[in-house]
Amino acid sequence: MTAVLALAVGVFLVRLTGPVLRNRINVSERTEAMMKRGATVVLAALVITGALIADGGFAGWALPAGVLVGGLLAWRRAPILVIVVAAAATTALLRLAGIS
Amino acid sequence: MSPRFLPNRDRDVYRDAGAMAIGIAIVGASFGALATTAGLPWWIPVAMSFLTFAATSQFAMLAVITAGGGVIAGLVAGIVIHLRHIPYGLAVGDLYWKHWWTRLLGTHMLIDQSTAFALAAGEDRRRAKTAFWATSVILFIAWNVGTVIGVLAGGYIADPAVLGLDAAFPALLLALLVPALKDRGTLLAALVGAAIALATAPFLPTGIPVLLALAGLAVTWPRRGGTETAR
Repeated sequence: MTAVLALAVGVFLVRLTGPVLRNRINVSERTEAMMKRGATVVLAALVITGALIADGGFAGWALPAGVLVGGLLAWRRAPILVIVVAAAATTALLRLAGIS
Repeated sequence: MSPRFLPNRDRDVYRDAGAMAIGIAIVGASFGALATTAGLPWWIPVAMSFLTFAATSQFAMLAVITAGGGVIAGLVAGIVIHLRHIPYGLAVGDLYWKHWWTRLLGTHMLIDQSTAFALAAGEDRRRAKTAFWATSVILFIAWNVGTVIGVLAGGYIADPAVLGLDAAFPALLLALLVPALKDRGTLLAALVGAAIALATAPFLPTGIPVLLALAGLAVTWPRRGGTETAR
């Protein structure tokens, strides 16, 4: 239970850091734009590493192929539901076909 | 900006978050199943999901502990992997920074998806707030219900990888980032940042490479535009 609470408190404090820092500085419009850009950059890096890396190594072809299909559909402005289902289906079918 | 994000059409936010809720619930179920088959009592994954609500942190801690790495190493892994939420809080923290209880709930529910949905609303603050809360609450419920189902069903839960869910999550985030990435500066910073994260990922603990990606901001930092106005 101690470990469960410790993780909960640790994670909460991490989440608290952003808004607390934000309230300590005078947020100009440019800072605001940069902070939004920063979160976008982190999310983009999460997408790329999530698509290509698993357990510290190359994730195999099925995973990036699914994300790529999702990305192409997003670029073509498909609805999010379609993007998510197409990405999952591509990866699942490739794996079913034996391509990992 | 995509027509999907017009202010009077919030229904799509609920629909998209609802669609992701199914995926999140399945991943939650696999977390619950994994934890109980590893020999943990049922209430540990349930309490973790409710009190932590951080999928990657929970999986990281569970993986380290079940691999025999110990509780302290598990905690460190779980918290380090979570550090990406600092830039998230900086970017969207003002959306819930009002009453003490919205601060508490908003902080607890800050996740990749709520951040991405809020950012996708662009300059529309009202829609960003709706997107943040809708995504947070729907996914919080899904994650916890999923965990409980996983604990109950144990080994009967499908592997999320078989369903391709590990592709669904990056694809969702990517779709939400597309409007922001149409800005050239943001796109450039994201490409440089992603390259840094990819190059460092094989050598660094998970969670650090995506933070190093912030160095990509340096490429576009000193630019001064007409939008620079102190508030």
